[in-house]
Formats: sequence, C-alpha cells, structure tokens
Amino acid sequence: MKNTAGRPHGKAISRQIVLPWSKSLAMAVNSLRIRFFRSLVTTFSLVLAIAFLGYTLTGSAIARELFRLHGEAAHPLLTAAGYTLDAAGGGLVTGPKELWLMALSLLVCTVGIVNAQLMSVTERFREIGIMKCLGALDRIVLRLFLLEALIVGVLGSGAGALLGLAASLGASLVHYGTLDFSGMSAVPLLVQAGKAWGTGVGLSLLGVLYPAILAARLQPIIVMREEH
Amino acid sequence: MKDTHHIVRVVGVTKTFALGQMRVQVLKGVDLEVEAGEYLSIMGPSGSGKSTLFNMIGGLDKPTTGRVFIDEVDISQLDAYELAWLRNRKIGYIFQTFNLIPVMSALENVTLPMIFAGMQNDRAVEKGRGLLDLVGLGERFLHKPAELSGGQQQRVAIARALANDPAIILADEPTGNLDSSTGEEIIALLQKMSRERGVTIISATHDFKMLNVSDRVVWIRDGRIDKIEHRDELNISLGTIQERHASTQH
Repeated sequence: MKNTAGRPHGKAISRQIVLPWSKSLAMAVNSLRIRFFRSLVTTFSLVLAIAFLGYTLTGSAIARELFRLHGEAAHPLLTAAGYTLDAAGGGLVTGPKELWLMALSLLVCTVGIVNAQLMSVTERFREIGIMKCLGALDRIVLRLFLLEALIVGVLGSGAGALLGLAASLGASLVHYGTLDFSGMSAVPLLVQAGKAWGTGVGLSLLGVLYPAILAARLQPIIVMREEH
Repeated sequence: MKDTHHIVRVVGVTKTFALGQMRVQVLKGVDLEVEAGEYLSIMGPSGSGKSTLFNMIGGLDKPTTGRVFIDEVDISQLDAYELAWLRNRKIGYIFQTFNLIPVMSALENVTLPMIFAGMQNDRAVEKGRGLLDLVGLGERFLHKPAELSGGQQQRVAIARALANDPAIILADEPTGNLDSSTGEEIIALLQKMSRERGVTIISATHDFKMLNVSDRVVWIRDGRIDKIEHRDELNISLGTIQERHASTQH
C-alpha cells in the first residue's frame, strides 16, 4: 500500500494548520485548571492590584457624587476623608499620593504577571516544542497564551473590581454615614469599576505579551535538546 | 535496478556548529536515499552525527550546505507554514522520552495532530480511538501520560505519529527508555505499521534488536556514512553483529 498524502506544494497548501477557537479555549481552560494553584497565585496579585485601583476610582466617584448632591455641606467630611477640592471649586482632585500608589501597584502587578508567565513558558518549553513538532504554528501558541491571560484577566480583575467597589462602598458608609445617599447615581461608580476591570484585562494581556512571543518563537528542535 | 520512489533524499549535507571560537563539523557530507515504505535504521555511537542527520531529515534542523528532499521537495525552501504542514501531515515523530503532552489524555494527545490538520472533533476522536485500539491501548484512552507505563506511553506516541497517515515516521531511539521486552514489543509494533500501512520508518538507534526488522541499516561514523547494509547481508551476520559493531569502533 502506498501512502498518498499530498505534498506541501500546489493545491494541498490551502489546507493550512488550524486550531478552532472552541478547541483553543478548551485547551487554555484545561491548562489553567491543571496548574490551578499557580494560576491562582498569578491571579491573586492581579485581584489585589485591581481591587486597590477599583477602590480608589470608585471612592472618588462616590465623593464626587456626594459633592454634587450636597455641595459645601459635604466639604468637611470629604476633606476629612482625604479629598481636596480644586481651586475652581468645580470638583475633586485625586492627590498625587494616590496616583503614585495606583501607578506603583499596577507596575508591581504587571512585573509579577510577566515573571509568572515567563516561568510558565519555561516550564512548558517541552510541551510547546511537542506542539510545534505536531505542526502548531507560531500564532497558535501565541493565541493559547493570550487566551489564558485573557481568562485570568477577565476573572481576576473582575473579582478585583468588585472587591474594590464593595470596599469603597463600605468605607464611604463609615466616612460619610451622616449624609443622605439617596439620589446618588450608580452609573459613575460602575463606570469607574469597569475602568478598573478593563485596566486589569489590559495589564494581564500586556504582561503575557513578551513571554507569549518567546513561546511562539520556540523551535521544535528543543524537544530533542531539553532533557528532563 | 527498478525505478523506486525516493521519499527522502539527502544530498551532500554538511552541518557545522559553532562552539564558542571553535567550529565543529558534525556532518561532513552525507548522501542518502530512502525508498518509500522502507524500514531504515541509522546506527552510530553518540557524537557520530547520527542525531544531527536525523534532525535534518525531520526538518527540525537545517543543513549548513547540501539539501534534504522529502518527497522530492527541498525542505530548506519551505516557509514556516509549509514546514508546519510537513511536520503535521507528512512526518510522524516518535521520541526516546515519549514526549506526550502531560496535561492531555492519551486520546487528546492522539487527536491533536488531526485537529491541527483541520479534522472535525468527532471524526478525530473516532479515528483516535481506532488508532489507540490498533496499538493495543483501546481501554486506556482517558488516562494521562503519567498514569501510563513507559511502553504504553510509547504506544500512544506511535498512535499519535500515525494520526494524519504520514508518509514517514521518524523514531529517535524509540526503545531507549524501555526495558528489553517492552522495547521488543514497540519494535514489533513499528514493523507491523511499516508493513501494513506502508509507512516509511526511519529510526536512529543504539538498539541491536532494531536490526532484525530493518530493511537497511546506515552506520554513521565521524559525520560520514560508514557503510549501508541491506537486510540480507544483516541476516547472515546477525549472530556476530555485536562483535562487528564493536570492531567498527576501533
């Protein structure tokens, strides 16, 4: 019996290597599930950083809403809570200290993600090499890592944003409990929580980019070299 | 001699590696032709250039000079997509260390190349189950590699290598990590695949049990082909092959 598999020229090349999205997603989820504890540690730093960002953002949204509702009456309480009114009196200014803290926490978080993902790639050198031997394209490997990061980002920073929102609501009850909250719009709060969420997803993807490119460029021959 | 189809053609291949300041020529001009359906063993001591030649044939490494043709296509001329296609459809790899993906079940390992080839999941699962049956692992398809013995893992690897009905199976020391009797089973399985499916099998090996089933044996020494022996020559000398191999070392 003669094998009649096509040759990599001519018409046959239209049959390119593929990995359906559903399968990619299943593989990414599986990969996260298998390394659940590792994934959890990576996710945890993201949750914390985004919770802090969410807390700060929604906190000032609450403060702005209260200032809009109560005007000067809210001033002493807001000042006591650490907010400053800007010179024009039109709104609140986020202090440089808060900005600095937020930037720093996000930076630390991103560095943490890059580090964890680099480790994850190194750990999976062989696995990636095998997939390459089976015909996986660079972009398939890239896609798997990006999908994993996307899942971690959506879930982790979603949890973080909710946590931050809850914390800032709790804190504002403590700080401004004497003020009337009725008439306050939830929209600015949700917008700020959403911003924190989006930032988290963005950071998660940003953090995986370099490790994922590294993984995608691995040559299949590493399977022959690396011995464990 | 009748005109035969050459599935692999190696023409004047040299390979030089740079080791710091030194340049080491591992392959010093190798010419080799492999016929479709043949069972070929590449024998040689470590450091002989055997693995390097093997990697070239598999498209895992590129020659410094010379050419490697797979089915009359010069693989150094292929772009990344065509190479991936070649690895996926044309070649099945079997490794000494099995190299299954540890987070996937036996069945998932076998179906992955078919999924890459664009096969529908249901069909891939069906074919994968069939292949696992064929290698004698029909019942253990849901097990992870860590839950399988070395011989069983190698069987999964053989099923995976056959997934897309490749023209060539490249086996790098397929029995190197197995005990003697398990190794024999794996060799018998490879021979069966070669006979029943007409797959060309090229195997780099130290294992003298491999010689029994090989149509031809290529002996590599110091980056060159030392000699090529056909099965009939081998059969005569099989009893003394160990000594003969030992004598070639001096």
